[in-house]
Amino acid sequence: MDPTTFQSNAGALAKSARDLAGQADVLAAQAGALAKAQAVSGIDPLVFGLSVFVLACFVGYYVVWRVTPALHSPLMSVTNAVSSVIIVGALIAAGPAGFNFSKVMGFLAVTLASVNIFGGFIVTQRMLQMFKKKTK
Amino acid sequence: MTENLSALLYLVAAVCFIMALRGLSSPVTARGGNMYGIAGMVIAIGTTLASPGVVSYWVIILGILIGGAIGTVIALRIQMTALPQLVAAFHSLVGLAAVFVAAAAFYLPEAYGIGVAGNIKTASLIEMGLGVAIGAITFTGSIVAFAKLQALITGKPLVFTMQHPLNAAIGVAIVLAIVWLCVGQSAAAFWVLVILSLALGFLLILPIGGADMPVVISMLNSYSGWAAAGIGFTLNNGLLIVTGALVGASGAILSYIMCKGMNRSIFNVILGGFGGEQAGPAGGAAAGDKTVKSGSAEDAAFIMKNAASIIIVPGYGMAVAQAQHALREMADMLKQEGATVRYAIHPVAGRMPGHMNVLLAEANVPYDEVLELEEINRDFAQTDVAFVIGANDVTNPAAKTDPKSPIYGMPVLDVENAKTVLFVKRSMATGYAGVENELFYRDNTMMLFGDAKKVCEDIVKSMGGGH
Repeated sequence: MDPTTFQSNAGALAKSARDLAGQADVLAAQAGALAKAQAVSGIDPLVFGLSVFVLACFVGYYVVWRVTPALHSPLMSVTNAVSSVIIVGALIAAGPAGFNFSKVMGFLAVTLASVNIFGGFIVTQRMLQMFKKKTK
Repeated sequence: MTENLSALLYLVAAVCFIMALRGLSSPVTARGGNMYGIAGMVIAIGTTLASPGVVSYWVIILGILIGGAIGTVIALRIQMTALPQLVAAFHSLVGLAAVFVAAAAFYLPEAYGIGVAGNIKTASLIEMGLGVAIGAITFTGSIVAFAKLQALITGKPLVFTMQHPLNAAIGVAIVLAIVWLCVGQSAAAFWVLVILSLALGFLLILPIGGADMPVVISMLNSYSGWAAAGIGFTLNNGLLIVTGALVGASGAILSYIMCKGMNRSIFNVILGGFGGEQAGPAGGAAAGDKTVKSGSAEDAAFIMKNAASIIIVPGYGMAVAQAQHALREMADMLKQEGATVRYAIHPVAGRMPGHMNVLLAEANVPYDEVLELEEINRDFAQTDVAFVIGANDVTNPAAKTDPKSPIYGMPVLDVENAKTVLFVKRSMATGYAGVENELFYRDNTMMLFGDAKKVCEDIVKSMGGGH
């Protein structure tokens, strides 16, 4: 191989290497942009919450239609007790150290929800205990 | 506890709540279902307490102890006839708790990871606004419902002019307040929203009459669920969202069933005023020259002793008179005489869904003797005696025959098909709908005037219960 061919080959090689590097650079930039885009537009918690909400509505719909009409009163009192699960939000407000307005709100909400939780489940139990079959 | 672990435990709690509702499909599985509910609640509270942000346990324990003690005492002491009021009062607490939680999140958004005070995410503010509005409406609406059921204020619909435009204006103002909250992030907007919603809840329920309370209670039940779901969206808490949706769906279905039981649309009930104004014209014409056959307890005892089959139709009057125990005693004597005794329950009898079933269960009536309208309505034709105690509109044949009647189209119990109809009633007054009941004037009807409990006791005496 004579020196001139060698030189031109080497030059071509260097050029294509440069091109490749450039392409890799572009790709890397694109990947970065893509990752950033994903972080921004990934599934919003709102959308996620909404899917959970809609599915739960359907579950509730089908489960509640199967409740026997005789037990509609206990159904009301037990759903009432269960909806007091809002206490979870109250605990987070009452939980942090220190004293502020939110903590007072949290404490009040914990107290109210507790009335409901204890009252609701106990009164439901009392009602259900009364439903008996014919003994004779 | 890591966030993933608590999310999984919340999921377990949500499944427990679904199982609690599922259990209510039969009285046999219902008690187990309630245990699932309690287990779910314990898991939910325990998981939250173990999360890193929660450190000051004494405040929480104090709150739970105070609230728990109050709730326990009330639940153990309450009379079963006062159940509708109790449920209404409990709904108001859920509504108020939702408002408090939202206020806490508004003033300390860092604790919930939804931004910093003064710069909360818009989506969270919208969700918070909805949660607050529904919670506050539930709170005052339930208080009015409670007052009506407890007879602290009149059960009659309170109607005033400009009512609907006023409510609509407040509704629009609430939407504007939510927009203001999102744009301005100001505390003033938050509290204006709370006050407007409180006013709306109050005004919405005020014009609704006493006998429409089954719909109102179911509706408020539903609202308390939606409020919880709204707060769940704000806090990005899946358990609250699921539970809120379950409760909301449950209340909505009950409202639908109750409305169908009266053949009225939900809007007709919410707009209120039913049963107040039509009383005069609809009633007046029918009475006059017709005669009513009234009988004594002895007559009733004689007729029923000779009957082979009896269907008892209880209504709100039985609850008011606390007559369920005397009624069951009467039924026991009839059964000893060899008669078959069953109970027919109209979907809207009483003041809350399933009210009659609970009262009869309290009086130890086996639940397999208590049947729903569709199950038993055909059997009246083969029945000797229909014993109507404290019910009126739900037996009125005008619902089938008179297209002009306000209750036309409402499903009714066909008591007139029985050989004899015994009507226990305090007076000839019309029922809630203000409609004359032509059944009173039929040849096969006998009126037993008096307090429901007293009448049952007298019948028991004349049948020989005294010795």
